[in-house]
Amino acid sequence: MNPKSGVEIPIEPERYELRAAAPYRFDLDRREFFKFLGAGLVVVSVLKTAVVSQESGGNRQRRGESIPNDIDAWLHIGENGKITVYTGKVEVGQNIRTSLSQAVSEELHVPVERIEMVMGDTQLTPFDMGTFGSRTTPTMNLQLRKVASAARDVLIGLAAKQWNINPQELIAVDGKIKEHSGERSVEYAALVKGQQLTQTLPEEDPLIPAAEWKVAGRPAAKVDGIDFVTGRHRYPSDQKFPDMLYGKVVRPSAFEATLVSVNTQKAEQRGVTVVHDGNFIGVAAANSQLASSAAAAIRAEWKADSQPSNKDLFDYLRKNVVEGKDVTGDGDRFDTGSVDEAMKSADHRLQQTYTVQYIAHVPLEPRAAVAKWDGDRLTVWTGTQRPFGVRGQLAEAFHIPEENVRVLMPDMGSGYGGKHTGETAIEAARLARAAKRPVKVVWTREEEFTWAYFRPAGVIDVSSGVKNDGTITAWEFHNYNSGSAGIRPYYDIPNQRIVFHAVKTPLRQGSYRALASTANHFARESHIDELAHTVKMDPLEFRLKNLKNERLRAVFEAAAKQFDWGKSKNAGQGYGMGGGYEKLGNIATFAEVHVDGKSGEVKVDRVVSAFECGAIVNPDGLRNQIEGSNVQGLGGALFEAIEFSNGRILNGRLSQYRVPRFSDLPVIETVLLDRKDIPSVGAGECPMIGLAPAIANALFDATGTRLRALPLAPNGLKSS
Amino acid sequence: MAKIRLAINQKPYSVDVDPQTSLLTVLREYLDLTGSKYGCAEGQCGACTVLIDGKAQRSCVTRVGAVEQKQVTTIEGLAEGDQLHAVQRAFLDLGALQCGYCTSGMIMSAVALLKKNSSPSESDIVEFMDGNICRCGTYARIVSAIQKAANSGSAASSAKGGSR
Repeated sequence: MNPKSGVEIPIEPERYELRAAAPYRFDLDRREFFKFLGAGLVVVSVLKTAVVSQESGGNRQRRGESIPNDIDAWLHIGENGKITVYTGKVEVGQNIRTSLSQAVSEELHVPVERIEMVMGDTQLTPFDMGTFGSRTTPTMNLQLRKVASAARDVLIGLAAKQWNINPQELIAVDGKIKEHSGERSVEYAALVKGQQLTQTLPEEDPLIPAAEWKVAGRPAAKVDGIDFVTGRHRYPSDQKFPDMLYGKVVRPSAFEATLVSVNTQKAEQRGVTVVHDGNFIGVAAANSQLASSAAAAIRAEWKADSQPSNKDLFDYLRKNVVEGKDVTGDGDRFDTGSVDEAMKSADHRLQQTYTVQYIAHVPLEPRAAVAKWDGDRLTVWTGTQRPFGVRGQLAEAFHIPEENVRVLMPDMGSGYGGKHTGETAIEAARLARAAKRPVKVVWTREEEFTWAYFRPAGVIDVSSGVKNDGTITAWEFHNYNSGSAGIRPYYDIPNQRIVFHAVKTPLRQGSYRALASTANHFARESHIDELAHTVKMDPLEFRLKNLKNERLRAVFEAAAKQFDWGKSKNAGQGYGMGGGYEKLGNIATFAEVHVDGKSGEVKVDRVVSAFECGAIVNPDGLRNQIEGSNVQGLGGALFEAIEFSNGRILNGRLSQYRVPRFSDLPVIETVLLDRKDIPSVGAGECPMIGLAPAIANALFDATGTRLRALPLAPNGLKSS
Repeated sequence: MAKIRLAINQKPYSVDVDPQTSLLTVLREYLDLTGSKYGCAEGQCGACTVLIDGKAQRSCVTRVGAVEQKQVTTIEGLAEGDQLHAVQRAFLDLGALQCGYCTSGMIMSAVALLKKNSSPSESDIVEFMDGNICRCGTYARIVSAIQKAANSGSAASSAKGGSR
C-alpha cells in the first residue's frame, strides 16, 4: 500500500470543495428503514433536483415505495416520542449541533432538549460532501427547517383524521397537537404509534419567517455543553476498546522521500506488530510508549530530492506557474473593460506586491483515528470534516467496496479546514489489519505540523489607476498560488483584469478557514488604503466612494460608527480598516494598534467588527464565531509562518510556532446586523478576512511604514 | 516497570508502569480518565492541566513517579456529583467554549488561579492563563467566565483537590 495514494488533495481545494457534488444513491428500502429506526414517522429531505423529477404535487406521503435517492437529511419521530435528526454534517466547534437543533425545534414546536442529532456517521446518516465552505447554515439549516415543518404538517393531518376535523383547527405546541379551542390535545408519540409513515418535502411549504422565530434567532447554550465542562465528551482521540493497540508510524526523512531500505528486526524483537508495506512503516503495540520506542528502533533509509525553502518561497512561486489551462474550471481569469487604456489615462498609477506565508491550522486536537476490522468490514472513528470522503479513501486504500466501510465522527477538537483528509484513518486501519485487533493512531503535535497540509502561501501583484477625485478606474490583480476565493473586487471598477496563477507547490496545501479570501482581501484592502493615501482621501470616504453594494456599505458604516472612526490618537497609535464579503456574508473590521516606540512591540488593542449574514439563527453562537475568527486571524496577520527547508518543517512545535494567546487578546466589539428579510448564511469563515488588512492599515497609520507581507510583525517592528 | 500508587480525585489507584511515564499518558491510557487532553507534550498549550496538591501542573511533562505522594485532581473530579464547580458552571453559562478541546485544561487552570486569588483582576487572569491555548479564540469569554466564577463567591470554597 502506498499511504499517499488515498490522501492526495487537489491544488485548489476551495473550488474542488464546492463542485464535488456527487449524488449518492441511498440504498435502504423502506422496510429496512423502519427496521433500523423503529416505527413512527420519517420525513426525508431530498435534494432539490431529485424532487422535481420524482414528485408531481399533491400528497407526497408514501406507504409502499422505496425511499428516494439523493437524500440529504431525515428526521424520525418514534413511538416513544423521541425525535432524532440524521445529517452527514459534523460538529467541529462551530456549534451546528445546537443551531440545527434550534432550527428543528422552531418548526416542530418541541424543546431543543428533546431533539437528538445524529451527525457524520456514514452508516446512519445520508451522504454529505463535508462540513466546509460555511454551507451548513444556508443549506442544511434550511433543509432541516423544511423537514421539521413537513413533519408538523403530517402530525396535524394525523390528528385531524383521528378527530375528523379540519386541520386548520389544529396547532402544534410543545410536542403536542392541540385544538385551537383547547379542548383536545395529543402527544406526537401517540399519533405515530404503530405507524410506518414516510414523507418527502413538499415543493412549497411556507416556513416560519425569521421575524417570527421564537427559538431560532435567539441565543442558545451548547446543547451538550455539560459533557465538555466535565470532561465526559469523548473526542476521536479519546475513543478506546478493551483489546485496542496503539499505533505509531515511522515517518520519511523529508517530503516526497522514497524508502531505500529498512530493518525492522529490533522492533520485532519487542513483541509488537510491525508493518512494512511500500513506503508505509508502522508498529502497533499494547501501549503508546512501547509503540513509540519500537518505531524508534526501526532503521529506515530514505532518499529525497532537494526541495525549496521558505527563504526563496516567493521567487519559487512566480517561477513555477502551471500556465496554459484553466486548471480548475472556475474561471482563473476575469476581464472587463480595458485595463491598459484606463491605466494610461489615470491621474495616478500604483503597483505593489503583497505576500502571504504558509501557515498551519494547529487544531488543538491533532488527527486521530481508531480502526477496527470485522472480516473485510472496516469501522473507523476519526476526526474529519469529511467522513464520507474518508470512507472513500479507506475503500480505495484497501480495495474494498465503500459499503464495507463505516466512518464515525465524534465531535472533534476543531479543524478550521485542516481535517478534510483521512491519513490517520488509513494508518490505523493498515495497522489494525495486520494486528487483527483495533488500533488507535493519534498524531503528535510535530506530526500534525508536518504531515497535515497548510494554508497556501502566495504572491499577489496589484496594479491600479485612480482619478484625482478618488474614482478607481483600473484594477489588475494577479494571485500566484494562494487561491481564488475572494479574488474579485466588490468595488465598482469599470476596467479589471483578474488572474489566478496555479503553481506547482513546494508544500502540501489545502483549505483553511476563509481560504484564500484572507490573502486576497489583505492585498486588496491594503492596496485600497494605499490608493486613498495617494489621492489624500480618508480611507473610509475613499471606500464608500467606490462601493455601491448596500450590504457592504452598511457593515463599513456600522463598524465605523462603533469604532468612532475619525477620533484622535496618541503617539504610537494607529487605526485601520478592512472588509469585504465571502461565503455570502459581509464583514467590516476596524483595528486599533499600538507600536512601542522603543521596543517596536506591536499590540492590537481593539478590534471592532460589523457582520451581516442574513437572518441570524443563534446570536450567541454567531458572536463566538466572529470573536474567534478575530483571535485566530491575529496569528496569521501578525506572527504565524511555517519555516521549511529541503522537505522538512523547521518550526513544527508549539514552542517554535506562535499562536495567539490570552496576552494577545484585544478588546473585541462585535456589531451584528440582523437582516431578517435575507436568508441565513454561514459565519465560520467570512469574519476572518477583514482583520489582516485592518491591522496592516493601522500599522501604516501608526508608523508611516507600509507592510505588505503576512505575517506583518513576527518579531515586532524596529523603531522607525 | 514498577507499581505506582496514585491518589486521583480522592480515589486510590495502582498502576504497573515505568515511573518516567508522563502523568497524562497514565491518566488517559491506563486509567481511562480522558478528560485531560494531549495537545503538545511540551507544556506549551495547557490542554493537559491537572491540579497537583491544588496547583495547576501540565500532566504531559509531569512524570507519574513524581506524584505518588500527592493529591491529583482532574476535570473528572471537579464536580460534586451533579453539582458543578463554580468555574464549570460559569463556562457553561457564558458559552466560554467552541470545540471544547481546551476546556478541561482551561477550567483546571482557572480553579488553581481562584484558589490563590479569589478575586483576580483581568490582567491577573491573562497572566495566569497565558500558558493555555484556545485555538478557537474564545479567550474573552473565558476571562469573563473566570470573573463570573470569582464573583459567585463559591469558587474557592467549592474547589476540591487537596489544597494544603
